[in-house]
Amino acid sequence: MDILSHMALGAQVILQPINLLFCFLGVLMGTLVGVLPGLGPTAAIALLLPNTFHVPPVTAIIMLAGIYYGAMYGGSTTSILVNIPGEAASVITCLDGYQMALKGRAGPALGIAAFGSFIAGTISIIGLMLVAPPLAKFALAFGPPEYFSLMLLGIIILIYLASGSILKALMMFVFGLLISTIGMDTISGTQRLTFGLLELCDGVGLIPAIMGLFGVAEVIANVEQAIRTDVVTSKVKNLLPNLRDWKDSFWPIIRGSVLGFFIGILPGPAPVISSFSSYAIEKKLSKHPEKFGTGVIEGVAGPESANNAATGGAFIPLFTLGIPVNSVIAILLGAFMIHGIQPGPMIITKHADLFWGTVMSMYLGNAMLLILNLPLIGLWVQVLKVPYPILFPLILLFCLVGVYSLNYSLVEIALMIGFGVFGYLARKFQFEMAPLVLAIVIGPMMENNLRLSLVISQGDPMIFITHPISAAFIFVMLALLISPLVPWIGKKRKRLQEKVEGEEV
Amino acid sequence: MKNLKWIFAVLAILSLPLNVVALDFPKGSINYMNPFNPGGEVDIAARAMQPYLEKNLGVPFVINYFPGAGGALCWSKLAAVKPDGYTVGGFSIPHIILQPMFMKDIAFKTDDFVILAIVEYTPIGLAVKKGFKASTVKEFIDYAKANPGTVSCGGVGKFSGHHFATLQFMKMTGVKLNYVTFTGTAPMQTALMGGHIDAVFSNSTMMVSSKEEIKVLAIGAEKRMAQLSDVPTFKELGMEFYPRIARGAMAPKTVPRDIMKRLESAFLDTTSKPEFKAKMEQAGFVPQVWGIAESQKYLESEAKLLNKLIQDFDLLQPAK
Repeated sequence: MDILSHMALGAQVILQPINLLFCFLGVLMGTLVGVLPGLGPTAAIALLLPNTFHVPPVTAIIMLAGIYYGAMYGGSTTSILVNIPGEAASVITCLDGYQMALKGRAGPALGIAAFGSFIAGTISIIGLMLVAPPLAKFALAFGPPEYFSLMLLGIIILIYLASGSILKALMMFVFGLLISTIGMDTISGTQRLTFGLLELCDGVGLIPAIMGLFGVAEVIANVEQAIRTDVVTSKVKNLLPNLRDWKDSFWPIIRGSVLGFFIGILPGPAPVISSFSSYAIEKKLSKHPEKFGTGVIEGVAGPESANNAATGGAFIPLFTLGIPVNSVIAILLGAFMIHGIQPGPMIITKHADLFWGTVMSMYLGNAMLLILNLPLIGLWVQVLKVPYPILFPLILLFCLVGVYSLNYSLVEIALMIGFGVFGYLARKFQFEMAPLVLAIVIGPMMENNLRLSLVISQGDPMIFITHPISAAFIFVMLALLISPLVPWIGKKRKRLQEKVEGEEV
Repeated sequence: MKNLKWIFAVLAILSLPLNVVALDFPKGSINYMNPFNPGGEVDIAARAMQPYLEKNLGVPFVINYFPGAGGALCWSKLAAVKPDGYTVGGFSIPHIILQPMFMKDIAFKTDDFVILAIVEYTPIGLAVKKGFKASTVKEFIDYAKANPGTVSCGGVGKFSGHHFATLQFMKMTGVKLNYVTFTGTAPMQTALMGGHIDAVFSNSTMMVSSKEEIKVLAIGAEKRMAQLSDVPTFKELGMEFYPRIARGAMAPKTVPRDIMKRLESAFLDTTSKPEFKAKMEQAGFVPQVWGIAESQKYLESEAKLLNKLIQDFDLLQPAK
């Protein structure tokens, strides 16, 4: 079996002590930021990215991926015990999770969230393993026009699902594109918008931008809010769900996993959407929908499985096409490039150790998370008590040191602070970050593919329509853009938006 | 205690003449500024040299990365470092010749540096996608002549080695190709394998690593390469056409001459090692053992050739 030998290769990678260590560090950090409200995986990955430069790329990606799926585990803890979502994806878990905790059933709620996440994680890894390699072969059929149309479609879906107005999301996207044009024009070699600064020749660095937008801005925003920390601690016992709990949660977990996986492949805030959709489906299928919201275990099992499965699905476009579907994956894509790995369809064949090592690390990471989140739950409850006046200045310090250590450049520090202030103000006016970050990352790729397409077609824009795959993307995109004008669909979108009211994608 | 001070003082005075006679270099680690990303051609060569250089010099040889602006960021920095020989940098020819001509805002000139050694070069070859209507250079030229401007030909960068190879080829053969600029070898490789462009002018290293998936028509080397034994050279086909990208290490020109000589000997000692040569050939490089003098000669002859191409194609007009 081909796949078995590949898995053996992956196992060889992950069983190296250094990779085991970084995998552990990743899931540990992930759980930590998941538990802490106000800190998300995006900020954590942005913060830790510079520290991975001195290790091999596969080790770095293993750790960064660990943060991403680890955060999904941690988020449920805060939701259940404090009724504050530790993570945007865990918002829905508050509904029934906290009710269960109030009824003295915090243990089974935490237990089923962890087990459900574990099962979902495993299912989505198997999906990633089976779907990604054949898809990557197909991806060779993607030339510049197809890439351009796909990226445009991806961004349009993201904007369509934006929680605020489409217009604001579109503005952020265009602003991001503008930022991405700074630096040397890759085709003609001319400098654009650099104002004679050599530091800007290569464009605005991804790391100063995301550290500012997520690290600095989040710290400033959080200073304003007093975060309440009265934790339901006394009743955390009987972590193992009983037979009845299992019977009630089995199908929600399976349905949540499959749903989450497929939603994960699509662009957008997949963990958030998938957990909301899973909750809605479970409520619809339930024999006692009226009990949802009063502490039923299905309401925890389904969404928690779905948001975990979504993280696995999100890796598929990254590994097959080199296209990010949300801000976390966008940063991972940046990490690939920083480590000298060219994203694209060749990644699975050319960097087999990277792909299979990461996949196998997810198996192990999920097992580690199960251990971290069940027996050590008491530890995380303690973490919730760390005073924010200590935590936030530390985060700010890490941001400054992290950016300076990149290139020893004060220009980049100024950029980070600038982005921080901008990010804070944008948040205040309910502008979303995701379209901006995505535009900064894929802007150069989009421009490049657009211009390559036009050079190949000798200036004829019809190339985007005459290539069938590209034409299909364009068609879907137009349909999406027109649909809000149709009143019936417009209403549906509003409802979907209300569901996706998460602050971070 | 006082005595001890005296002894040291005397020792120091005694050792003074020694310092003058024997070169006391290097005492600390040598920093190597890599102008490109990890994993690129410059990096592969530097990593292959590293253990031998450390042995020869007796100090650590540390590779730092300063990628950006096609190398110009690193070279602008290198031109401004303290010229004590402890900081050297990688380079590519023709990049260091062309960038000062075409790019604004860069703070170096080609003659700010002295090349210590050219350690390898990659001949540039011509390859087409699988199933393309031409499978020899002659057929390629005939096809391109019959369809002027419609054959898309990829290369990395503008005013780069690949770009000038394409220009020179068009000049020599009288064909018109549609040059498509890529940002790196990897996306270009994918585009050629997927059949989205017709042909490429690219490094021998790419030809070697993907020879199964594409059709290599010819290579700009003097004689056939071991890793591409069934690929003819342009010379065999009657064309005096040797496009290539040469790489090595250079230092600011104000570094003292004896220190330069010491570094040169370390590089030459490394590149003449058979193990190093074998390793480079395996990956599709042509190892080279050129010191300061030969490198300077090569740089000048390349500059002359490029200047002629620039004039022939009137290239300076749009940029300036």
